[in-house]
Amino acid sequence: MIQIICTLVLFLLILFPVGNYIYHISAGKKTWADPLFDRVDNVIFKSLRIDRSPMSWKQYALHLLLVNACLVAAGYLILRLQSVLFLNPNQIGNMEESLSFNTIISFMTNTNLQHYSGESGLTYFSQMAVIIMMMFTSAASGYAACVAMVRGLLGQRMGNFYEDFTRITTRFLIPAALLVGLFLVWQGVPQTLASNITVTTLEGKFQNLARGPIAALESIKHLGTNGGGFLGANSSTPLENPTILTNLAELYSMMILPAACVVTFGRMAYDTLRQRKAANTKISLSQTDSARGKGMGKEGRTIFLVMSLLFLLGLGLCFWSESQGNFAVENSGIVQPAGNMEGKEVRFGIAQSSLFTTVTTSFTTGTVNNMHDTLTPMGGLVPLLHMMLNVVFGGAGVGLMNMLVYVIIAVFICGLMIGRTPEYLNKKIEGREMKLAALCLIIHPLLILGFSALAVACQSGLEGITNPGFHGLTQVLYEFSSSAANNGSGFEGLADNTLFWNVTTGMAMFFGRYISIVLQLGIAGSLMKKGCVSTSAGTLRTDTPTFAVVLVVVVYLFAALTFLPALALGPIAEALTLGI
Amino acid sequence: MRHHESSKWITKEILGSSLKSAFYKLNPKVMMKNPVMFVVEIGFFICLTLTFVPSLFHDKGTNLSLMNGIVALILFITVLFANFAEAVAEGRGKAQAETLKKTKKDTQARRIQADGSEQWISASQLNKGDVVLVKAGELIPNDGEIIAGVASIDESAITGESAPVLKESGGDFASVTGGTTVVSDWIQIRITSEPGHSFLDKMIALVEGATRQKTPNEIALNTLLVSLTLIFFIVIVTLYPIALYSGVKIPISTLIALAVCLIPTTIGGLLSAIGIAGMDRVTRFNVIATSGKAVEACGDVDTLILDKTGTITFGNRLASEFLPVSGVRPEALRDAAWISSLHDETPEGKSTLELAVKQGCRLDEAAAQGSFIEFSASTRMSGQDTANAKYRKGSSDAIIEVVRQLKGQVPADLKEKVDHVSQLGGTPLVVCRDAEILGVIYLKDTVKPGLVQRFERLRKIGIKTIMCTGDNPLTAATIAAEAGVDGYIAECRPEDKIAAIKKEQAEGKLVAMTGDGTNDAPALAQADVGLAMNSGTSAAKEAANMVDLDSDPTKILEVVEIGKQLLMTRGSLTTFSIANDIAKYFAIIPAIFSLAIPQMQVLNIMRLASPSSAVLSALIFNAVIIPCLIPLAMKGVHYKPMSASKMLGRNLMIYGAGGILCPFIGIKLIDLMIAPLLVCLGI
Repeated sequence: MIQIICTLVLFLLILFPVGNYIYHISAGKKTWADPLFDRVDNVIFKSLRIDRSPMSWKQYALHLLLVNACLVAAGYLILRLQSVLFLNPNQIGNMEESLSFNTIISFMTNTNLQHYSGESGLTYFSQMAVIIMMMFTSAASGYAACVAMVRGLLGQRMGNFYEDFTRITTRFLIPAALLVGLFLVWQGVPQTLASNITVTTLEGKFQNLARGPIAALESIKHLGTNGGGFLGANSSTPLENPTILTNLAELYSMMILPAACVVTFGRMAYDTLRQRKAANTKISLSQTDSARGKGMGKEGRTIFLVMSLLFLLGLGLCFWSESQGNFAVENSGIVQPAGNMEGKEVRFGIAQSSLFTTVTTSFTTGTVNNMHDTLTPMGGLVPLLHMMLNVVFGGAGVGLMNMLVYVIIAVFICGLMIGRTPEYLNKKIEGREMKLAALCLIIHPLLILGFSALAVACQSGLEGITNPGFHGLTQVLYEFSSSAANNGSGFEGLADNTLFWNVTTGMAMFFGRYISIVLQLGIAGSLMKKGCVSTSAGTLRTDTPTFAVVLVVVVYLFAALTFLPALALGPIAEALTLGI
Repeated sequence: MRHHESSKWITKEILGSSLKSAFYKLNPKVMMKNPVMFVVEIGFFICLTLTFVPSLFHDKGTNLSLMNGIVALILFITVLFANFAEAVAEGRGKAQAETLKKTKKDTQARRIQADGSEQWISASQLNKGDVVLVKAGELIPNDGEIIAGVASIDESAITGESAPVLKESGGDFASVTGGTTVVSDWIQIRITSEPGHSFLDKMIALVEGATRQKTPNEIALNTLLVSLTLIFFIVIVTLYPIALYSGVKIPISTLIALAVCLIPTTIGGLLSAIGIAGMDRVTRFNVIATSGKAVEACGDVDTLILDKTGTITFGNRLASEFLPVSGVRPEALRDAAWISSLHDETPEGKSTLELAVKQGCRLDEAAAQGSFIEFSASTRMSGQDTANAKYRKGSSDAIIEVVRQLKGQVPADLKEKVDHVSQLGGTPLVVCRDAEILGVIYLKDTVKPGLVQRFERLRKIGIKTIMCTGDNPLTAATIAAEAGVDGYIAECRPEDKIAAIKKEQAEGKLVAMTGDGTNDAPALAQADVGLAMNSGTSAAKEAANMVDLDSDPTKILEVVEIGKQLLMTRGSLTTFSIANDIAKYFAIIPAIFSLAIPQMQVLNIMRLASPSSAVLSALIFNAVIIPCLIPLAMKGVHYKPMSASKMLGRNLMIYGAGGILCPFIGIKLIDLMIAPLLVCLGI
């Protein structure tokens, strides 16, 4: 408990400086590192002859899709031809078509669902040129879409995709990945291009020890909320996550970008609202109170609080449930003083495991330091639920975008209740925005429930399920939630490297990612063009505790209620039959 | 069902016609316009089929046919209730349209030909630009402008006001409305509207709801409701195979029941009724809105631009104070003022009498008998000649002139007093008795009672008021301070009004204004909400999006509140409807799963008697909540001005928290009632 609190408090301490830095990058403000990075960026833009003029929302979305499509094509070729390409000391063969399709979509969509095991499925070249490359680019794409959406909501021009994409990569992702990578190497994570080694164990047996450029992958895996491990066992193996320090570093790296996006949003919103106020009241900017803009502004704070509350509720349930232990084990007369330790690393224990589990699914990273399949039913409900909500901080950028859709829904209902047509950040929410927001709401349950129903209804789907009963259903729900939310964590246990599972999860990941992003950019584009309405005592305030509570309830009502029947048959039924 | 008890929002005739039209609306073609209820109707048809062919989907269960039949019946009633709600709202409009239609008889008109001869033709043949002559006792055939003549006209057919109004050519009182009657004299009218498009025609169409289109906000809300319906549709369709995998075979009728419980039927069934009722509330208020959009926009108004005269003040200058010159007792001035006004029928004279009596004047009327000298433009004074003396009151120049002629003295402090009153924006009336000047009556433009509080209320909900007046800045400031408006524009010309509206709009504010003159038309068109007076010119009425039949400019304040109330009703019922889902889940989920998974009974926190009674209770609750909420939808939620945060908190408590709790209680009560019945039926 104290461990968890300390970890989270420490996170808040690093969030503000980093958030401040990301805000400066996003808003195009000066930072101390500009002299260096401006030169780097200029070289990139000049050599590639990139047009840096602002785009409309359609152009922005199109360029994002095109860049992603090119990367997918290149990555797919590499995976299919990896055996004959260089850097293949362990003689790994080409990847099969459906698995390549699944893998490439998985990494491009920031999901990192893995139906392969890194040590046996990928060459070092594939790990670097496909996996690590996509870990940077998918995170940068998500972030870019988010900044564009925020700009649109605030009535600014959407910006230029290439500019946003490059700025976050050169100014944050690469330097931060370098720092974290070096830290991991210091803590003992391997970073080499040499082949695997065979060691003699204490028992005199031989064991193959996988190695490779693990630290390089490990750092961006978390920073970009990607989550796909170099090795099959992901961050639960000592090779990826050797010490408590690396565990913390990995936790913080995956939390930082999604949370910093909220800070960035808050600061940008604060700036815009302040400028509008000054323009309306004819007071110069310097006269208005600027001190409150530090931190994350009032609008950002509301969203941060809502996300934090959802996060803490989930974390509490997971931690409590894991500490209680497994009732089936208890009933058989075995005492569990440390809680449910099945599938957990002894060095992390219940606290760091349940924290990691909640973080990785809330911040939609998908890396694991314990096996989610062996969580207690209610403990396993939390990661599942948070992927179904997909707004508890969420993946780099896209989590905030999803939350903003819920904000629009909440504003719509609350606005009516005070007798005004709804507005958010001085922009009227009307039919067109509601239509797009409604589609965003529909797509997520459609993918998760639709594909789950398909899986349990057809033979090829059923074949993948390895557990009978309720737990088997949870496996299926988990797999598709993880895909649709672009999380990528596996419940494991599912025999998922088959044509059926590769194709269905591939589609869930693809639609879950791109349809949402395009719709959300569409909302921003439509709001951007609208005139601003003024604020008065009769305006709905979105920076109050009341609104925060409403938003929490809206998220639970709209997202959780949708999944309740399915959850009732999965983890809830399992918990009840085990006697909680 | 409560609608039998409540008499305010429904009458016997409306009830009858609404019931009929509730059935008529079952036609799927009509139902399609309301997607949420259309889904319920489809559910009804499926359940109906399953009543007769229970094994269509290989469902198993005891008395399945009966159970399906009951579900079908409840679904049928649910749709009927929703249709009934809409029909009641429409019925109220229709009843009003009927009264209007009665005035629209086929009249004959006396058209004046180009050569000056008269020709009798039917009013429906009159075209725009024709000139007609209308004499006393005849109906005006269509809307038009008076081009010659003066007449008093009875407009009670439209306004309900029986006192005739005077109309004459030129100026702001030249427009006449078709369907009204000329009571005296004659007028020549140039027709300004095509047959079938007169003001009366438009009003009838509006009130009847024939041209009713969904407002932008209604469309947006409908989108949300449809998407919720779709989401729950996905949930239900996928639940079948998922449950099957877990070893639970859910009967189709139960799935449909769950779907209908979850989709927002409450708000879906009442949404159009709320919209129609909102318009209707405005109409009942004798204001005709050209579109629902205008009423909705009222809720968003940030700034009200109000004319001073007529809207904020009575426009008549009323006596408010007696200011005696030095050396004169206040009582002497008071009594002299009383005598001088004894037979004065003007508002100034009447108010002087009132003020004098209020201040303690106890003179006997008989003692003051004499001859009354009426006010005239040339003498600029009025008064009374009694047996003892001549009393006069009038403008200071005129009185001084008279006193000088009689060789009387002009008191030294008179000019100071007169100037003081003028500066405050008042009108000074000087009172004299023979050659002695007694003092000054301070005539003041009086703010209408209750307005100060009204403006205070508006300020609370964030609406700014700006007063426009042709007065000088000093006078304007005095009245503005007295009325408590937030700003004023003095020496205001029509173009200043437009400039003020544009300035507010540039700041992102929605502006409402009232006006009646031709000069006001551009400003009315520019404003987001323009309320024209029925007494005003047709240009003004054409430009505005609302017309007040009673020509009472202060009504804009109420109309704004009605607009807000309309939106609040929509929001509150949506919240209520969605919040209901929690309890319904707790009723139905354990019910459908507990046969296969007995441990699920833990979730049956309402302790409902049996799975089928749980499903039916939730479904019945879902149906009866619609008629229970019809009165609320008709009257609108209770509206009290307060800040947005407070109002949100209050409505969230009532409709949000209430929406969560209420179905828990309701479903439990219904379960208690129907459980024994179901046992008897063997379900």
